[in-house]
Amino acid sequence: MSSIDKQLIQRQMGKRTFQNKLLKALFFMCIVFSILVLGVLIIRVITQGFTHLDWDFLTSFASRFPEEAGFKAAIVGSLWLMVIVAPVSIFLGVGTAIYLEEYAKDNRFTRFIQMNISNLAGVPSVVFGLLGLTFFVRLMEMGRSIMAGGLTLSLLILPIIVVAAQEAIRSVPNDQYEASFAMGASKWQTVRRIVLPSAIPGILTGSILALSRAIGETAPLLMIGALTFIAYLPENVWDGFTVMPIQIFNWTGRPQEEFHLVAASGILVLLFLLIIMNSIAIYIRNKFSKRY
Amino acid sequence: MAQAQQTAVKHDAIYSVNQFNLWYGQDHALKDVTFDIPQNQVTAIIGPSGCGKSTFIKSLNRMVEMVPVVKMAGSINYKNKNIFDPKYQVEELRTNVGMVFQKPNPFPKSIYENVVYGPKIHGIKDKQTLDSIVEKSLKSAALWDEVKDRLHENAFGLSGGQQQRLCIARSLAIEPDVILMDEPTSALDPISTLKIEELVQSLKEEYSIVIVTHNMQQAARISDKTAFFLNGEVIEYDDTNQLFSNPSDQRTEDYITGRFG
Ligand SMILES: Nc1ncnc2c1ncn2[C@@H]1O[C@H](COP(=O)(O)OP(=O)(O)O)[C@@H](O)[C@H]1O
Ligand SMILES: [Mg+2]
Repeated sequence: MSSIDKQLIQRQMGKRTFQNKLLKALFFMCIVFSILVLGVLIIRVITQGFTHLDWDFLTSFASRFPEEAGFKAAIVGSLWLMVIVAPVSIFLGVGTAIYLEEYAKDNRFTRFIQMNISNLAGVPSVVFGLLGLTFFVRLMEMGRSIMAGGLTLSLLILPIIVVAAQEAIRSVPNDQYEASFAMGASKWQTVRRIVLPSAIPGILTGSILALSRAIGETAPLLMIGALTFIAYLPENVWDGFTVMPIQIFNWTGRPQEEFHLVAASGILVLLFLLIIMNSIAIYIRNKFSKRY
Repeated sequence: MAQAQQTAVKHDAIYSVNQFNLWYGQDHALKDVTFDIPQNQVTAIIGPSGCGKSTFIKSLNRMVEMVPVVKMAGSINYKNKNIFDPKYQVEELRTNVGMVFQKPNPFPKSIYENVVYGPKIHGIKDKQTLDSIVEKSLKSAALWDEVKDRLHENAFGLSGGQQQRLCIARSLAIEPDVILMDEPTSALDPISTLKIEELVQSLKEEYSIVIVTHNMQQAARISDKTAFFLNGEVIEYDDTNQLFSNPSDQRTEDYITGRFG
């Protein structure tokens, strides 16, 4: 007596395959919808954006007249910001990850920190703006400077970098640690010579993706009072500044229709930069990641 | 009998293990282990899977401390010093005691960089010195002829057996006194296994070797002394010939005649 009823299985076969087909169609529709929306968005930005996109647009300051308005201050401002954000966030992020993965004992305090890092990654960016405003701008008296904005954004993307770096470090197999320790290497020698070389592609990829998030951030910088209209270039990190997304935000808020086209050009430049950064990240991941 | 006494005199103990106990949490993995490991000899550790062979050999260079829940009691003396003494520098111990693992674990670097890893760690920078260390270590590990023309290629391009000999060369590069090997041939094909066995024989001129193996023929072929472990205890420790031809414990006999394990 077989415990499997072949006929019952036969009868249910049709229902099961139908269910599978139905869900497949549903999932396909989900992706069609997302791609459609994205497509419309990109086509709109491109058709509108190219009307203003030329050399003058990249090399002129903002203006009251749409035909003269340029993106220069915003582009340079964003680059200045990266000069602060990249080193600060990568140094703090990788340092934190190394400490948590290699040195910290597995106790309640460590788990508490770990949990908070994960939570921090989900905190809305305006909250970081508020933090930047009270701490960097007012308390530390940095004013509405590139430094204050850069440090704020560094904190914003810090959790992303920490988590990415931790994952990269964790992907180094245990036998590599064993081999190094068995040679009499210290913890730090092992981290520097074995762990980091293997983890660096993952760390870089995560960092670049985090930086591209920082480049697109508007809210926290508005909170700390980044300028929306400047007609000069910052000379050092204590100067006021504007950045690409704020400039775009400003243009779209103008009543004149012309300015919306200018905004589209700005979006194109920003998108172009983001695509380049993401491509670099993907290239590094595919080219340099080690297989064991 | 007279000859046995002679060897006992000639080969001083390099390790002296005394009432050594080890727990993983509640799990009592080594129980009152007590025996001496002789200098310039091959000592084999045999026993069924899970009896504590790896735990024991990893205690000899304190690698076992990488497991956070480990607790220990008793002593292991290396050259008459207790290695678990808080003042004993673990890095120094591991400079004198090299280790080869079950699965070949070269670094994802060139063959050359693999061998000079240890010397560089210990501060040797001179290019000529490093070059000569590489040649000497690879020759001792019987790998030089096969790789001398591609020293700067990635070690992952080598076969499994070659990788394992590279790992041996890597551990020889810091000129240790002892080499610990945890089932070094279990992941290898028969020909590579044979090469490593020959290598072990030639290395004992200069080094004291402790080798874990679950292959009794291998233990019989290459070792001078054998310790039989069972459930964390040393059941029998003797000259290899003696232990295999005339075991004094019934459980040893059962194991070597293949009745369990
Ligand atoms: N990292 C560990 N954590 C907890 N228990 C372990 C660990 N490693 C080994 N053990 C336990 O210790 C005992 C001996 O293991 P091991 O030394 O690896 O044996 P062998 O090498 O002889 O097969 C086993 O019961 C095993 O489950
Ligand atoms: Mg084992």
